[in-house]
Amino acid sequence: MNTVERVPAPRSYLEEGYGLRSWLTTHDHKRIAILYGIGITFFFFLGGLAAALIRWELVTPAGDLMSAETYNKTFTFHGVVMVWFFLIPSIPATLGNFLLPLMIGARDVAFPRLNLFSWYLYVVGGLFTLLCLLLGGVDTGWTFYTPFSTMFSNSNVMLVVVGVFVVGFSSIFTGLNFIVTVHTMRAPGMTWMRLPLFVWAMYAVALVMMLATPVLAMTLALIGLERLFGVGIFDPALGGDPVLFQHFFWFYSHPAVYIMILPAMGVVSELITNGARRRIFGYKFMVWAIIGIAVVGFLVWGHHMFVAGQSMYASIVFSILSFIIAVPSAIKVFNWTATLYRGDISFDAPMLYALGFVGLFMLGGLTGLFLAATALDVNLTDTYFVVAHFHYIMVGGAVMAYLGGIHYWWPKITGRLYSEAWARFAAILMFFGFNLTFFPQYILGYEGMPRRYHEYLPQFQVWNVLSSAGATILGAAYLLPLFYLAWSLRHGARAGPNPWDATGLEWTVPSPPPLHNFDEAPEVTEGPYAYRR
Amino acid sequence: MNARPHPVPEQFDDPVQQREAATLGMWAFLATEILFFGVLFAGYTLCRVRFPDAFAEGSRHTDMLLGTLETAVLLTSSCAAALSVREVQLGGRRLASALLAATAALGVAFLVMHGFEYVAEYREGLMPAIHYTQQGVHARGMEIFYCLYYFITGFHSIHVMVGVVLMLVMAGRTWRRAYDADYHTPLELTALYWHLVDIVWIFVYPLVYLVGRAG
Amino acid sequence: MSMLPQASSFAPDVDHLFDALLLLCGLVTIGVFAVMIVFCVRYRHGTAAERTPARQHLGVELTWTLIPFVLFMGIFGWSVHLWIRLRTPPKNAQPVYVVAKQWMWKVQHPGGQREIDTLHVPVGQPIRLVMTSQDVIHSFYVPAFRVKQDVLPDRYTELWFTATQAGTFHLFCAEFCGTDHARMGGSVIAMAPADYARWLHAHAGLGLAAQGEALFRQLGCSGCHDPQSGVHAPDLYDLYGHTVPLSDGSQVLADERYLQDSILLPKKQIAAGYAPIMPSFEGRIGAEDVLALVDYLKTRTRAAEDSHEHR
Repeated sequence: MNTVERVPAPRSYLEEGYGLRSWLTTHDHKRIAILYGIGITFFFFLGGLAAALIRWELVTPAGDLMSAETYNKTFTFHGVVMVWFFLIPSIPATLGNFLLPLMIGARDVAFPRLNLFSWYLYVVGGLFTLLCLLLGGVDTGWTFYTPFSTMFSNSNVMLVVVGVFVVGFSSIFTGLNFIVTVHTMRAPGMTWMRLPLFVWAMYAVALVMMLATPVLAMTLALIGLERLFGVGIFDPALGGDPVLFQHFFWFYSHPAVYIMILPAMGVVSELITNGARRRIFGYKFMVWAIIGIAVVGFLVWGHHMFVAGQSMYASIVFSILSFIIAVPSAIKVFNWTATLYRGDISFDAPMLYALGFVGLFMLGGLTGLFLAATALDVNLTDTYFVVAHFHYIMVGGAVMAYLGGIHYWWPKITGRLYSEAWARFAAILMFFGFNLTFFPQYILGYEGMPRRYHEYLPQFQVWNVLSSAGATILGAAYLLPLFYLAWSLRHGARAGPNPWDATGLEWTVPSPPPLHNFDEAPEVTEGPYAYRR
Repeated sequence: MNARPHPVPEQFDDPVQQREAATLGMWAFLATEILFFGVLFAGYTLCRVRFPDAFAEGSRHTDMLLGTLETAVLLTSSCAAALSVREVQLGGRRLASALLAATAALGVAFLVMHGFEYVAEYREGLMPAIHYTQQGVHARGMEIFYCLYYFITGFHSIHVMVGVVLMLVMAGRTWRRAYDADYHTPLELTALYWHLVDIVWIFVYPLVYLVGRAG
Repeated sequence: MSMLPQASSFAPDVDHLFDALLLLCGLVTIGVFAVMIVFCVRYRHGTAAERTPARQHLGVELTWTLIPFVLFMGIFGWSVHLWIRLRTPPKNAQPVYVVAKQWMWKVQHPGGQREIDTLHVPVGQPIRLVMTSQDVIHSFYVPAFRVKQDVLPDRYTELWFTATQAGTFHLFCAEFCGTDHARMGGSVIAMAPADYARWLHAHAGLGLAAQGEALFRQLGCSGCHDPQSGVHAPDLYDLYGHTVPLSDGSQVLADERYLQDSILLPKKQIAAGYAPIMPSFEGRIGAEDVLALVDYLKTRTRAAEDSHEHR
């Protein structure tokens, strides 16, 4: 990383007003990205605290740290917060909001006011969820399975359902905004096949957000009515069908997994090409893999329900589709690896995160094959094997990529450079902490420890202790960036417009960029990642 | 005679880009609407497969006459909305705003008729959880039918209400010469939204009113 | 591979598939990591490695698209083969009834033996669990047998296995069901057939079918369904396992689910030629009584009735 003498730059977006009001009424996509960043960081550490409590409870087989009820509320809160208030908005709402217009050469997103409104919806949804926590929490699990959630749970289901319902609209509007922005706001010469893969990923994820989230919203509305009025279509006592709820829920929540991982794939494509100073290997295949994952992602929801009582034949169809969707994921891993070939690789913090992502994503993806195989899923589903699998994808994958992206674009966002040594240390610590936390959980699951257990058999203790130790290390590793990134805001060296010597339109403007990004619309003449001396 | 020049928001290069973005945005929004209603229709279909006779019986308790009238009213209103857009494109103003006001009035008429239906159903004891007095063979299945009925028609009526407000705003703006043959994107998009509300009703009408009356 | 006992006829086959997939995934992981490490070392900044851009080959892309695809389809085929076996109980499987509720497992054997949180089964005999829940969704999970099935309210789900090893194995609830979910466990005790017979004998009660028959009279079912009755209602002889023509022209196989539905939701499927006059017993009788009635209906055959009368 090299610093550059500061040239007299135009006023940056950060200098466009300093009061709280100037932030809370801003239409600037870059400021909205930072508003999201603050909310998301808050919820990440809140959800992380819940995770730490869960892991500490599980150090011993007996339920001694907290009561069963508190434990159930803790893992529910962890799930709800991490899924809807951290993972889903994480990359799209922060990095996506900040970078999408910059990368396609636009002055802002298509609907800046809607963009701000989305953030307010996110805040309102978050407040409902926090209120629910303050009033005693909710114990249904983040999946809200009926009839437990509608007829049997005595906790504040309504508040959290309203919270998630509201935050769903935030995600729908963000998706809509991105779709329209990519379609209509590209700079001259920025053809579809010249878009950076990050933009492609944002486009695909916006499509999924827009088309899957309405299903969740309506399903939650039906749950709410069923709880309020005691009648509805999911209640078996009335002749309703609780499995129908699961179909609706997973029709959203499986694509939601791709809402979390597609943006991560986009970020990593940017990071690896820059770290290896190479064009991405197989650009077109990467694009089609993104689209393929987004589309087929809508057709595999039933693999969550192999033992839930759906027909044997339905399970076979969902199983084969789940294997098919693994192919584009495999293509992506191979292409990232091949991008390193004949590269000029340096190992700055973002590159370490990206390489860590590829490894962890591969382990998470391959264990997905076990779960896609119906006969194996019977044994493994609802055990810690599943918990480990999706944490490898969502934490090992999405969070590593998110942090990698934050480090990579930090100089662009803030205009400051952070301590590279600390950043590398945190990335490496995170990688090992993560594996120590979650690899033992694969073994626990295979040995038959069911998930969502407050107490467990003594024979599982060794692996649980390892996992809890790993979680403690991982927690410390996550706290580190908070300090050295905050430190860089005041004391970091000034960054030039392009500290990584990277390609891409976002690096052609000053760091931090001015309010309207580009003085005049840039003209694009070649594809992305033109790294070659 | 031209309307006041319309300022292009700063994120857009020119009015053409703005128009494209707004139009695509509306179509994308309508796509999400289809999924909102799609969940309800999917739920309806699956429950109907479970309780075919109860759904037919429930359907026979709805008010066919009012339902048909409501359909006619909505279709007419959509026609008025389409005509007003055409009128503005041709440079008209008075007739266009009158047609928009008529659209809103027909929307209100639709809501009032639906209100009468709800009141009648309440009196008949067909309102699950609030006043449900049905007995007999199909009582349980009908309760599910009526849950879905209120949910679907209620959700649709909210859309009509939003549409009525938008139509009134559009009528006022058209009257005040905000739109002309060159620039009338908001008007066009509002009409588009109104047509969607109409189309959803075209699906609701047979599912709710006609399904039990065949044969 | 594992400390987990292989105690059912599925367990070795499931484990073979698991081990094969583990081997395949292990090789892929090691391969990709090795290539990554080699590239990272050889092409690190400052080395004198060859760096002229390689041409992008369509062939390479297609190779690593098609080979995984073919491998995945192979695993899929293997898995489906096993899955169909898991889901198709053999004809001679012996039924045992399970009722789940927050937070216990209640078991009823056809001979009337009842247990809570334990299930005794004979080694070598296929057992078919017919399960339902009284409240929320639970899941019956025996890791040593490699079987799991969700248990739903107001509906029957099935699970079958053949125990191959005597011993006591853990039973878990695998679907989150509320406060004491983690304590909703128990054990499955597989016994040699002779021991099992002794156990059955020691715990014999009034047979389930006999309980059902008594209920059939107490609840007044016989008032309409007996052949001597003046009411026009099906006599329910030889019903189980046969197809029943329905009034809407379709046919339905009379299995446990149909029998239960006919008691609780009689209007759902109406037998052809009969008026829908039967009242619903929903909420009037408990899940265990329904099971007893269903078990009785399964044994209500004309042959049994005749031998009864001739005795």
